[in-house]
Amino acid sequence: MTDLIAQRTAAPIAELDGGRPGDAAPRPRRRGDGPGRTGRGPRQSGWWALLFIGPTAVGLLAFYLWPTVRTLILSFTESGPFGGTTFVGFDNYVALLQDPELLGALRNTAVYTLITLVGIPIAVAIAALLNTTGLRGRGVYRTLYFIPVVTMPAAIALVWRMIYNGDYGVLNEVLGVVGIEGRSWLTDPGTALVAIAVVGIWAGLGTSIVIFLAGLQGIPDTLMEAADLDGAGPIRKFFSITIPMLSPSIFFVSVIGVIGALQVFDLVYMMLGRNNPAMPNTRTIVYLFYEAGFLDNQRGYAAAIAFLLLLIILVLTVVQFRLQKKWVHYE
Amino acid sequence: MLRSTRPGRTVAALAASAAALLAFSACASGSAAGDDGGDVTIDYAIWDQNQQPAMEEIAAAFTEEHPNVTIDIQLTPYKEYFTKLQTAVSGGAGPDVFWMNGPNFQLYASNGVLAPLDDEGIAASDYPQGLIDLYTYDGSLYGAPKDFDTVALWYNTELFDAAGVEYPSADWTWDDLKAAAAKLTDPAAGVYGIAATQYGQENYYDSIAQAGGEVVSADGTETGYGSPEALEGITLWTDLIEAGSSPTAQQMTDTSAEDFFLSGKAAMFQNGSWAAVAYAENPDIAEKVNVAPLAAGPEGNQSVIHGIGNVANAKSDELEIAKEFAAFASGEQAAKIQAETGTVIPAFNGTQQAWVDALPQYDLQVYIDALETAVPYPVSKNTAAWNAIESEILSQVWAGTLTPEDGLAQLADEMQAALDAESE
Repeated sequence: MTDLIAQRTAAPIAELDGGRPGDAAPRPRRRGDGPGRTGRGPRQSGWWALLFIGPTAVGLLAFYLWPTVRTLILSFTESGPFGGTTFVGFDNYVALLQDPELLGALRNTAVYTLITLVGIPIAVAIAALLNTTGLRGRGVYRTLYFIPVVTMPAAIALVWRMIYNGDYGVLNEVLGVVGIEGRSWLTDPGTALVAIAVVGIWAGLGTSIVIFLAGLQGIPDTLMEAADLDGAGPIRKFFSITIPMLSPSIFFVSVIGVIGALQVFDLVYMMLGRNNPAMPNTRTIVYLFYEAGFLDNQRGYAAAIAFLLLLIILVLTVVQFRLQKKWVHYE
Repeated sequence: MLRSTRPGRTVAALAASAAALLAFSACASGSAAGDDGGDVTIDYAIWDQNQQPAMEEIAAAFTEEHPNVTIDIQLTPYKEYFTKLQTAVSGGAGPDVFWMNGPNFQLYASNGVLAPLDDEGIAASDYPQGLIDLYTYDGSLYGAPKDFDTVALWYNTELFDAAGVEYPSADWTWDDLKAAAAKLTDPAAGVYGIAATQYGQENYYDSIAQAGGEVVSADGTETGYGSPEALEGITLWTDLIEAGSSPTAQQMTDTSAEDFFLSGKAAMFQNGSWAAVAYAENPDIAEKVNVAPLAAGPEGNQSVIHGIGNVANAKSDELEIAKEFAAFASGEQAAKIQAETGTVIPAFNGTQQAWVDALPQYDLQVYIDALETAVPYPVSKNTAAWNAIESEILSQVWAGTLTPEDGLAQLADEMQAALDAESE
């Protein structure tokens, strides 16, 4: 699932942000002490560092960097069904930019990403409510919201398929009670993408809430007390203190969220399926990649799609980092 | 590839392909010993777990004749079978003998992966002609037909009785089918006459042949979708949906078409011979269903025939023995072993009765009778390429967002372009 990545990356970056001031302190001390005492200090600590970095570095090189390089090389080749690659220069990229399906996939992916961003305010609101002092059963709520994160994506897809089923789905059943006529949500070209995005939001809420809760608990009580003294109401406090103080977390969640959403595949693959009439309106970039690489066996073309996506993600992330200066407050 | 952007998957994919290579190569290395005298191991790759016991029996029978040969059976689930096989073959390591299917056959044969079996004494007359045609490429037979499946019309007797409609019979025409489907449909009860799915082998490949058309020319170079006959074959199904006699394409995407039949919400459902065992073992419907020949279109009631072929790897270290085993595993003795297990219809003529007798409660003879007029499963050199186009465009036709006329015109164009690219 998209949030797996968010989950995995959340910890280190969050620590970086929060831990920066604390980290800086010991470093000069060590630098000053070491050489004075033994003279071998730097080299020794160098070895130690290697020992700690080594396993991760080897993993990164072998499973991230090397495959990335290979993919880049692959994107400039065309291969026969049983090997035998030929170098074709930028042919794959030229063909890709002329592919009528690319535009649709880009649009679908963009729409999906925009919709899933709605999950951020929802998660902030829920986290703020969960953070209310004196809330009973807080642990239960947190667990409930986190369950989708640790649930198998396949199981999530299966259950939501049943919920959305046009004939026997719970959703239409409920809508029927209030007199709204339901539809076949996952096969209607007008609703399929939104239906999937709703599941994406739902499945990702837990991770965002945990990050926001951590951010909320880092807001000093003194600020709130000062605001109380100034006579600020809860709403004023929320928008003037909570939101700005939470902005680093919001920024982090939105960066990770956008990256994850741009790579959406599993929901499309598992909830829609190949013969779905709504596919032209839901095919995402990674699904296009899957079709090219695994169904049509055009590995080089698929690699070009992957690199185009990497480029898009790179640009969007850089833009987000530039824009953060305008709205993210670091203490 | 996902590699650059989706690390989790990359690791999984890498691990999977590495495992696949290991699996294939580890076994290939076992067969290093020479032809004469020394012990020989032949790897035999298959994808159906249900058939593994029968395959083991066949392997044992071969070892009995050739005491120095051991057959090592390797099971890979169908979903990963061809991906793994392609990876292994590309890497120079592949099983000596393996199962092949129609859509993939020509890709392998045309790239020199398979060894011709012309010298193995396989008599074409022992097998249904459609299967021999399927596994012949450039005049040579590369695959020994192992089993086959044809298509017939399953129906729910309970729903037929309730609606007072006579059971399908051998002389049914499309009009009878449509009339019965309309009569069996009961919107109030959510019951449909038939599930008109967008399935090739089970539905529209058959109906296109019944209308006198073809999906692809026999030599695999020309699309048949541009013909009025193909249009007739497709509209048989879209008309049934439009008339309300079948669930819509949307409904059948939400709930699988077979589930409509299994839960008594569809009275008729065309399905292959593989369904017999599954239905007999399903307590919900085992007692309520039976099977009849397909309804006839303007040119007859043809069924598509498809079957697995045993093929030998041209790069096998033990090519002679591999070829011999491929022929043996499709021979009379092997066919008899398969028939007794009842899972598939053996391809070898004259051994099929045991399969029919295994489930006497159903008229399974219709599947054997279908051989008389059966047409080969439509394939070309790179079937997968136009299968993708076919499935995408027809899904729009089935959903009603494209008219059958426009859809087929577009499909004919795009499929022809794919076929032309193949022959380049």
